[in-house]
Amino acid sequence: MFNGRLDLLQHIGANTLQRFRRLGRGSLFLFDVVVGCASLISRPGLLIKQLYSVGVQTLLIIVVAGLFVGMVMALQSYYALVDFGAEDSVGVMVALSLLRELGPVITALLFAGRAGSALTAEIGLMKATEQLSGMEMMAVNPMKRIIAPRFLAGFLSMPLLATIFSAVGVMGAYVVAVEFLGLDSGAFWSQPQNKVDLYLDIYNGIIKSVVFGFVATWIAVFEGYDCVPTSEGLGQATTRTVVHSSLAILFLDFVLTALMFAK
Amino acid sequence: MSDILVKIRDLHFSRGNRKIFDGLSMDIPRQGITAIMGPSGTGKTTLLKLMGGQLRPDSGSVEVDGLNVHQLSTKKLFELRKRMGMLFQSGALLTDLTVFENVAYPLREHTQLNDAMIRHLVLLKLNAVGLRGAAEMSPSELSGGMARRVALARAIALDPMMVMYDEPFTGQDPISMGVLVSLISELNSALNICSIVVSHDVPETMSIADHVHIISAGKVIESGSPASLENSESAWTHQFVHGDADGPVPFHYPAKPLLDDLYTGS
Repeated sequence: MFNGRLDLLQHIGANTLQRFRRLGRGSLFLFDVVVGCASLISRPGLLIKQLYSVGVQTLLIIVVAGLFVGMVMALQSYYALVDFGAEDSVGVMVALSLLRELGPVITALLFAGRAGSALTAEIGLMKATEQLSGMEMMAVNPMKRIIAPRFLAGFLSMPLLATIFSAVGVMGAYVVAVEFLGLDSGAFWSQPQNKVDLYLDIYNGIIKSVVFGFVATWIAVFEGYDCVPTSEGLGQATTRTVVHSSLAILFLDFVLTALMFAK
Repeated sequence: MSDILVKIRDLHFSRGNRKIFDGLSMDIPRQGITAIMGPSGTGKTTLLKLMGGQLRPDSGSVEVDGLNVHQLSTKKLFELRKRMGMLFQSGALLTDLTVFENVAYPLREHTQLNDAMIRHLVLLKLNAVGLRGAAEMSPSELSGGMARRVALARAIALDPMMVMYDEPFTGQDPISMGVLVSLISELNSALNICSIVVSHDVPETMSIADHVHIISAGKVIESGSPASLENSESAWTHQFVHGDADGPVPFHYPAKPLLDDLYTGS
């Protein structure tokens, strides 16, 4: 009985230490990556290539998801508001929801699932096939040539993708609300123009997406770099990227919302 | 200038609780082919990574060209690595680049040569390994042997003072193996460099090596010329060099007697 409790305590202690060790490694890794980003000034081609791979290739899923989210929100808002005769507020409701919450959050979750997992798998596979070791032995720092461009590309892409998501979502809502449900086009647009605040709504949404992009890309590149270089280790790292990124995004969303919109 | 290029002294290295090196010492001359041989799992690849500064020892020192590898700053270590070539077991070619660009990679990273000069140098290196015609292929289109030859061309791109070969013959068909054996030997003679071949393919490695170190259980068991090791009086060396199934390394994994095992019924 006593031994069992001792084992449990030892297990918890070892697990906690391992997590802190990993957090420490991740923080040192982040420092190296941020320092490595400076080298991209002389090699912009590396960043542009990754912006295409991480950002442009994620665009399709973002546009399609944004369109459907906007359309569904218009339908749901309309059915809820029409009973109170407030259906003209569909536009502002969709716009505020997308700009403040759904745009940054859903984009970040999709980004983690699509681009984040791809980054982890790519870097992990480079590690497993000794490409990173090979670069080190050629006196080339993989932090500068491989990790930093991917990190910066993810960081820069996220706010742009979130903005596109929100814009497309509003367009989807317009199509449903005005073209299908017959709302007045002027009412749909005028309320958002009056109610949406540049600083409180748009800037805060962009700040959220910047934070999410930073965290999701950091987790993705670190998991790839730190993975056990086997097929099983690579699979676990990819799963961890999606799970940890999603949880971190949702937790940070709560913290940021509490800070930004507290009265 | 010392005749010894790599000097390893009292090297200790562990992975977790497993001791890999337990006071290993060896010298590797500046010229010629030095083979480091031993059974699988004895830490031959780990030793190369320690020489290249990719791993840090628990204690002991590794000096390459008079520089203690593990006391160098990152910048100086990278400067040293420009003079070291390494051929990885997998080839470690960058999969998003063509064969040509793989060989050009270290030249583009570390020199200010113009494109025309880089093209000449890359084609010459590829020609040396017989793969000039494969310059525009991607690594995924190459066979294992071809990938290693491209990796070899890349390893000598900066004209290094030493090239480390990690299990160059593993998994090769007889023709590819023959090509690699002669390439390592010819390049070493032509470039007059230090070649360190880590391998457990005894006949192929012995046929080209000038010096051989046999390692096991974290230490150097025996060193000498291939001929002296062929006729070694050490039972262990004899078993390894001649590939005997039984000897100091027993055929059977330690167990209780067979009859006891059969009649205990559990």
